[in-house]
Parts: sequence; structure tokens; C-alpha cells
Amino acid sequence: MKLTIKFLSLLFIFSAIACGEKEEKEKINLSDDSSIVQEEVIEEAASTTAEVDNMQNKGIGPIDNLELGENIDESMATRGAELFKNMCSACHKMDKKFIGPEIAGVTERRTPEWIMNMILNPEQMIKEDPIAKKLLIESNMAVMANQNLTEEETRAILEYFRQYDQNN
Amino acid sequence: MKHIFKFAALGVLGLFMQSCGNNTESSKQGSGGLMAASAAEKVYVAPGEHDEYYGFFSGGFSGQLSVYGLPSGRMLKVIPVFSQDAEKGYGYNEETKAMLNTSYGFVPWGDLHHLDISQTNGELDGRWIFTHENNTPRVARIDLTTFETVEILEIPNSAGNHSFAITENTEYLVAGTRFSIPSPQKDMTIDEMKGNFKGPMTFVKVDQETGGMEIAFQVIMPGFSFDLAHPGRAASHGWMFATTYNSEEANTLLEVNASQNDKDYIVAVNWKKIEEYVNNGGGEMMPAEYAHNVFDHHKHSATSTMKEGIMTVNPTDVPGAIYFLPTPKSPHGCDVDPTGEYIVGSGKLAAQVTVHSFSKMLKAIEEENFIGEVYGMPVLNYDAVLAGIVEEPGLGPLHTEFDGKGNAYTTFFISSEVVKWRLSDFEILDRKPTYYSVGHLMIPGGNSQKPFGEYLVAMNKITKDRYLPTGPEMNHSAQLYDISGEKMELLLDFPTIGEPHYAAGIPADIVKQNSKKIFRLDENEHKYAVKNESETRVERDGNEVHVYMSMVRSHFAPDNIEGIKVGDKVYFHVTNLEQDFDVPHGFAMIGANTAELLVMPGGTKTLLWEPKKEGVWPLYCTDFCSALHQEMQGYVRVSPANSNVELKWSLDGES
Repeated sequence: MKLTIKFLSLLFIFSAIACGEKEEKEKINLSDDSSIVQEEVIEEAASTTAEVDNMQNKGIGPIDNLELGENIDESMATRGAELFKNMCSACHKMDKKFIGPEIAGVTERRTPEWIMNMILNPEQMIKEDPIAKKLLIESNMAVMANQNLTEEETRAILEYFRQYDQNN
Repeated sequence: MKHIFKFAALGVLGLFMQSCGNNTESSKQGSGGLMAASAAEKVYVAPGEHDEYYGFFSGGFSGQLSVYGLPSGRMLKVIPVFSQDAEKGYGYNEETKAMLNTSYGFVPWGDLHHLDISQTNGELDGRWIFTHENNTPRVARIDLTTFETVEILEIPNSAGNHSFAITENTEYLVAGTRFSIPSPQKDMTIDEMKGNFKGPMTFVKVDQETGGMEIAFQVIMPGFSFDLAHPGRAASHGWMFATTYNSEEANTLLEVNASQNDKDYIVAVNWKKIEEYVNNGGGEMMPAEYAHNVFDHHKHSATSTMKEGIMTVNPTDVPGAIYFLPTPKSPHGCDVDPTGEYIVGSGKLAAQVTVHSFSKMLKAIEEENFIGEVYGMPVLNYDAVLAGIVEEPGLGPLHTEFDGKGNAYTTFFISSEVVKWRLSDFEILDRKPTYYSVGHLMIPGGNSQKPFGEYLVAMNKITKDRYLPTGPEMNHSAQLYDISGEKMELLLDFPTIGEPHYAAGIPADIVKQNSKKIFRLDENEHKYAVKNESETRVERDGNEVHVYMSMVRSHFAPDNIEGIKVGDKVYFHVTNLEQDFDVPHGFAMIGANTAELLVMPGGTKTLLWEPKKEGVWPLYCTDFCSALHQEMQGYVRVSPANSNVELKWSLDGES
């Protein structure tokens, strides 16, 4: 297989040289592939989570900016608690580190946008976000699973976290 | 290795010439290397890119159906249908065993033959694939959102369930009898077969919304061998055509004795007329017993129901419903062109391809241009229904598909070739060798009103030297041809599984956006599902133990279980709590007398384990799921049958 790919690249390069821009498209496709491999190399993370931890980081994902009300929406928090139980609790406990980090206090450690992006877009977060990268290592490389929750469901889970942190 | 270099050298030269000259004419007449490079480009699907077509290939005696991408020939999946599949646990786990239930009991293997994609108005709609089993007569439906078998219906009062097709609005499936039998079955001497055996032809009604199948009626045809079937379309919609051989009704040495008659028949069945007859109270219920097995994607489980009695129709009771068209020498393929006018009968022992005309058939019926009767049904005058003959086309014609541009393509088993001919004048336009002994062929949509005449796949019965030898048995080879030009061009050669009796292709765009990514956990209605880890538990009921277990990357809950005893029947009901695409988990238990489980995200499956020895026994995840997959394991303690060890379970010390 490797041989074939080498052979094909050779072909493309050869014809590109011979004729100029004709085979440009194929050439780009092939080189795109190798750049993906390079991107996948995980960068060295900072030594502790605290060093990169800050309340300015909104993470990477669909949530750019989120305005939170002062008061907790109780019914939303109740729905969030139910969703958390079914979709998250196999790996996260509120009061202790389990597969992933403990949840208690998360709304004081992270921005609401970061929390939602971590739930909605974990694949990119663990590759690119400095905090998430660090947490992955601290969790023995147990990846955060994408549970395919909607933004509305994720917002409810955040409300449950806020309620929990207010009450504890 | 040497070959690769030679090929590379020629290829580089060839591509150089082609890319600069931009002269496709000269490239077609060029060297083998140049041709090869051009063919390679046509089937090359770059890493990460998708194929243009899905190809669904019958697995024949493997009992399965395999999915390929075309034009690359890459195998995408094997879908278990009529045979147990240890890889997926199909037919082994408690949820799918019922799919293989029949009136003969559990039948773990089947011989899958033809398949057909559902159609609306004569065009492929890509909702389901229907297929059938030759040995223990059954038909099946595969859902193309999950690519799983969701329904199997046994066909009673039949044997050698071979002629199979669906009508152009997926109203009916037809399932004909190839090995005629006493109807109903009875103990009688084989010598008295002639005139006493029957070849029932079953019409299965399909629910247009759900795809659900039920037997509508069975036409008790004479005891010929009904071989291939094809529905009329467009003008001939409402009719079903099927080839017959063994009109001699021989019961021994068929190789010789079923090849005596100069002509056998294509039978034309006006199913709309019979449907009307039955709807108006015609027909007679006959005792029969057959299984109807349905898989429910909410319950993640199959149920098998035994049904009784079928409606039978004596064909002579419905005048004008059935006619016989004489067709030379044991016709095999029976193929209707996209307009519905031409019915192509390939006499496998004939030196010609016979083409009948539907409009001439109607005229002959109207004029009562008959030459006799078969068991009380009219035989039409051959010369009156003949549209034309493809003269000296090759040896051993079998099957024909169409490109939608006025051309037909017929396979020749004995001379190993595909022949392209024109429907308007039956002239041969091109022929290309196949490797070797081709049976079926497939053009995506090639048996519908709207073929996609870009590629043709020839499915061969013999492989010989095409691939690296793998002992006495070689997987059957298939060849992909480009048929977009005037001449066919061989592009690719790839192995297939089992023995593909037919295939069906469809543009990927019709199917792929409907493909499910996960099963929603909140829609899981499995009786033993858990929705989260707090619901996991172990319950004992006598010597039956039910383990309600969950799996997620990368642990089971619970993963330590004690209090199991030798002689228990332990049911592990395992729910995958993941909700992400392509994250199944496996489950295996040491010494289990069954296959593993492979549980899709949001699904539940059950493995039965009957521990025979005391000890502490491991279980584990079989499908590499994360960097911590190796750690995804657990233990079950098994104590003597008379022990008092308390039933308990835990994960990380908590229960």
C-alpha cells in the first residue's frame, strides 16, 4: 500500500513538473494528508493545570459568549441533573475525581463558555485547548466522550453545576 | 517487485503523455501501462474521500450480504442476514437468535441469493434491501439506516426459494419455487412427481410506510423449476415474469433429463388480476406453518411469531392471469428493460439470447394466438411474441442488465464474457472477457426504470490465477468495467465473499445521509437496559442471574461480581452508554458457549453464560475503544453450587 502511495505521489509530482499547474489539485490532496499527521502530534502540556487555568479562557467550540442571570433556573437545573446522571455520571462524580475530574466547584474554576464547549466539542478541546490538554493527561489519557448533547441540554447541565456550587 | 517498477515506469511515461497531450483517444490505444494508469485513476478514491456508489453483494453460501464502495472496490461492511455471525454476535446473542427461527426450528445458516433495493415509481429509493434464502425458504429485509437485518419471513410450501424480485413500487416481493414439491407436503413415491408436484409462487405484500412483510397469496403453479423473476415496469407494471426450466418435470439426473425440451418457458403472471381475485374473496386457505421474525430498534430485540395458514390460488381459477411464453433451452436470466417492453430470456443452453415483446404479448393474448396449453393455461405462439434474437452472442447466456441509454449487457458463463448489445436492433456492439465464468452482473439501478449507466460489475464463479493463491479455495472474483463510453473498459478486479448471486448498486447520496450514527439512549426500550450506572445491578431468580451492566470508555459497571454459582444461567445484559458515532464496545466472558457481544452506542445486548467451574473468571471488552481499552475488564467469582456466598457487585468498591 505504501509503495502504491509513493508511486502515485511520484506520478503526480512528475506530471506536475512536466506540465505546470495541471495536477495541482491532486498534489494538494496528498500533501494535505501529511500535514494532518503533523497536526496530530500532541504538544507538551504545562506542568500543572493551575498554570494555564484562568477565568478568561472560553475554550473552543460553538459557545462564544454566554450571559448568565443572577438566579438559578431551578427547573432547568433539575433537567440538567437528570441529563448529567444519564449521560455523564459514568465518568464524572460531583464530589470526587473518578474517570474524569470532579465537578464540584467547576463554575468557579472555568468560564461557562469553556464548560459548555468542553461538553459540546470535546474532540477539538482535548487536542487544542491548553486546560483540556492538561486534564487529559491528568485523567490518564481517558478521553472526554462526545455524548451528542444539544446546546440546550448542555446549558441545562451547566445550570445544574451552578446550582450545585451555590448550594455547596 | 519487478512488476511494480515496470508498471511505474510505463505509468509515469503514460501519465506524462496523457497529462500533456490531453488526448484520450491516443491513451485508449496506448500500451498496457498507460491503460492501467488511466484505469487506476478512475477507481482511485483518495484517502478520506467517499465512493460514488454503494454496492451490495449477495454472499451466497455465506448467508450474508457485503457492502462495497464503488468504484474503489473497498469492502465497507458485512451484514449478517441468514447465517450466524460471530463477529457481531448476530444469531448468537439473546436479542437476535429469534431472527433465525423457522418452522424447522433454529436454522443457523442460509444460502443468500438475489437482492433488490426498494423502489418508488420504478426508481431506487434506498430505504431497504430485500433478499431471499434458497435452502430453507425465507425472505429478508435490511434497513438502510442501520444496515442491519430487521425482518425475516419464512416462505412455507416452497423449496429452493430462488426466483425473487420486487415490483416497481415495492408493493410485492415474489418468491418462486425452484425445487418442486408435493403441495401440501406429503409422503409419496418420488417416481410419481410428474403432474403431482407443484411449484408454488408466493407473493409477499410490503407495507409502503414501514417495509413490513406479510404473505398475501401463493399461486400453485405446475411443478416446473422457477428460476429467475423480474417484474414488469412502466408499461408492463402489474405483471411478473419468471423463467422456468425442467418443464420436463424430471426427478432424477436433471443435468440430462431436464434439458430435453427444445423450449421451456417464461411465465407471465398478471399479479394485479390475482390480487383483485383474492381481494374479492377468491382463493383457498391452506394449512401451513411459518415463522415471522422482526427486529425492533427501540427494544433492540427480535421477536419470532409462528403463523398458520396461507391463501392459495389455483391459477386456472383466474382466467387471463397466466400465460406461458416459449423460450429456448432452459432459460435462466429473465430481465425486463427500463421501458418495460423487452423481456430478455437467456437460455443457458441456447446459442442465442431471446427477446420477447410485451406489446406483442398483449396482442397475441388478445388474438388468442395460442399453440396449446400447460395444465390448463395458454401457451403463446413463440413467433407472435418474439421481439428479436441476439444472434451468436456467446456461449451460455445468463443475465442481462441495462444502462438506460438503449443498451443491454448480457453475461456468458461458458465463454466468460460480457456482451453489450443494442435493444433497438439486437446488434452486438462490444464484448469484453471476464475472469472467469461470469454469473451475474450489476449496473447500479440496472434493473429499474432509471439505471445509472456508469459502471458495470461482473461477478464470477471461478477465480483461478487472479489473485495470490490461498490454498484450494479462492474467493470469487468480481470485475468492474467503465461503461460510460462506446466500448467497455476493464478497470478493477476485486475479491468478494461467498458466492455473489447478484448485487445491487445505488448512488451513495441517496443512502448516506440517512445512515444512523447512534441509537439514542433515551429511546432504548430494551427490557433489561440501564440508562446510567446507578441503575446497574445483579438480580437472582432461582438459578437464573440477570446482570444489568453498563459500558463506557473504558469500564464496565459493575466490574466485580460475587455470589454466582456453578450451574447458574447468567444473563449479562450490557448497555453501551456512549452517544458518539462509531464507539461500540465488545463483551466477552471466558468459557461462554456463544459469541461475543458487540454493542452499539445506546444499544443493549445479552450474553448467556453458564459457568461450569469454580473460580474467579475475567470478562473484558473486545473492541479497542480508547487508550484505556486494555483496562476495560472485570471479574466474576463463581462458587460451588451449594455455597452461601452472598450476591454482590461493585465498581471501584461501590455498589
